[in-house]
Amino acid sequence: MTTTALPDTHADRGGRGWYKRNEIALTPWLFLAPAILFFAVYVIIPIFQSIYISFLDWDGLGEARWVGLENYAELMEDSAFEVSLWNNLKWLVFYLLAIPAGLFIALFLNQTVTGIRIYKSLFFFPFVLSQVVVGLVFSWFYLPNEGILSNIVQFFGGDPLNVLGDPTLATYGIIAAGLWPQTAYCMILYLTGLNAVDPEQVEAARLDGARGWKMLWYVIIPQLKPATFIAFVVTIIGALRSFDLISIMTNGGPFGQTRVLSFYMFEKALSEYGFRMGYGAAIAVVLFLIMLCFIAYFLWSMWKEEKGR
Amino acid sequence: MFPTPIQQRPQAAQVMYKTLLPISLILWLLPLIAVAMFSIKPDTDFTQGNYWGMPGSFELVNNYGQVFFNSDMPRYMLNSVLITVPTVIGAVALSAMAGFALGIYRFRSNLIIFFMFVAGNFVPFQILMVPVRDLTLDMGLYNTKTGLVLFHIAFQTGFCTLFMRNFIRQLPFPLIEAARVEGVAEWRIFWYVVLPLMKPALAALAVLIFTFIWNDYFWAVVLTQGPDSQPVTAGITSFNAQYRAAYHLMSAGSIVAALPPVLMFFLMQKHFIAGLTLGAVK
Repeated sequence: MTTTALPDTHADRGGRGWYKRNEIALTPWLFLAPAILFFAVYVIIPIFQSIYISFLDWDGLGEARWVGLENYAELMEDSAFEVSLWNNLKWLVFYLLAIPAGLFIALFLNQTVTGIRIYKSLFFFPFVLSQVVVGLVFSWFYLPNEGILSNIVQFFGGDPLNVLGDPTLATYGIIAAGLWPQTAYCMILYLTGLNAVDPEQVEAARLDGARGWKMLWYVIIPQLKPATFIAFVVTIIGALRSFDLISIMTNGGPFGQTRVLSFYMFEKALSEYGFRMGYGAAIAVVLFLIMLCFIAYFLWSMWKEEKGR
Repeated sequence: MFPTPIQQRPQAAQVMYKTLLPISLILWLLPLIAVAMFSIKPDTDFTQGNYWGMPGSFELVNNYGQVFFNSDMPRYMLNSVLITVPTVIGAVALSAMAGFALGIYRFRSNLIIFFMFVAGNFVPFQILMVPVRDLTLDMGLYNTKTGLVLFHIAFQTGFCTLFMRNFIRQLPFPLIEAARVEGVAEWRIFWYVVLPLMKPALAALAVLIFTFIWNDYFWAVVLTQGPDSQPVTAGITSFNAQYRAAYHLMSAGSIVAALPPVLMFFLMQKHFIAGLTLGAVK
């Protein structure tokens, strides 16, 4: 297309001319084509395939059998599914603690003393670690006899603590491990946000006598709204995606009490418990529908903003 | 500035702040410090129950030597590199083009396509798992690095396009119009006008995607098995199964596995944080 020696006067004729005339309309599609192709094949189409598979009874290899809503009916009676759903809710609620915690650390570190930049990056550091490493580190931290946590509790006169072996505590233990990198992420969002807070407004509010909490609540936090929005998005997505930590730290146990939907789905579809692709897909669809509520809300907020421009 | 600069506070508060800083940092990184300490201890410390005392002897070279020369870890690390680097290049290239198309041109389905990328980037992995695994099997790419790379490129394109498009929107549009008036072909505008201006975004995305992909565990487990193609996040679990209860080696292995993204972060901190916090400020 580029090496044709046609003189410009003929540009309106022939193949090149047609392209030239429609260049502005065509170029975006040429540029989008590879991305759309990849995304459609690996993301968009599989969503619909999964929905279809959720109506099948299929082991992944043999003949698939259409069973309609049977998988979903079975889910209703599956106590493991119920446990997973509740745990997902726990994740959602407690994972959001990363936002105030991140804000707190950001406020603590938003100073200009020597070496503060190194402190900021070291506080952020856990976010860079893979969840696998975080999971390993925390499972050693929680070890019943040898772990630091248990030792600290015993030092203060408590009984040895086996966080991950305790069906009621285990999920909270894993969430706490997840909060560690997530808080670091929220912290860096807020540090950036605080950097951009309008100093004149702060001064004006100070002259009006606003201090401490009042200042934070009425002057600072409203200005941090974009940072808070992103923190919400990434934290909610992170909470619903939780898989790595559970797989590494407890593998769903004890007694399946730390399963969440994403983990239970994997277990049903791909692990030693059998290859029930249809049932697994049904679990995935439920998780997807939960996520869809949030996705719709995020898109709606973004859309409002696009319109506002 | 908020909170009030500590310099404007009484002397006592300043001293307090400066002592509180290192203490809070140590508490914050305590689990990590423990692992770092584990990794230089001899195994006799663990058999004798000396978990938290001083190391009986200093075994840094031995433990890390074991990891590097006496295990599959180097292979897993190499796999990770061979998975991560092509993914970074592919995802950044695809999304730079898509971001250019969505950021510069006005056409009717523009916003819908953009939102498709954004929404797809948020979906749970599990809804993709069964079909993507089948597709990879059908293409004969199951348990290959290529299979993982292709999926990662596709999925990361969602996030990267969101990022690129918003970045391109902030570029001065008159520049592009000027080029058009001069009669510059559209693809040349992309290559010679827009791309050079996008360098900060390209760098930021590259380090972010590097970290995301290096740290991926779920897809590594779903699409690969064994030391031929598994990246280090999945490999570390088999490494740990091999050295069960050998905490000194498991710690050293974990640190080695975590090191590349950590290095990336400290070397490219500015870009990394710019990438993560894009949109956190109006």
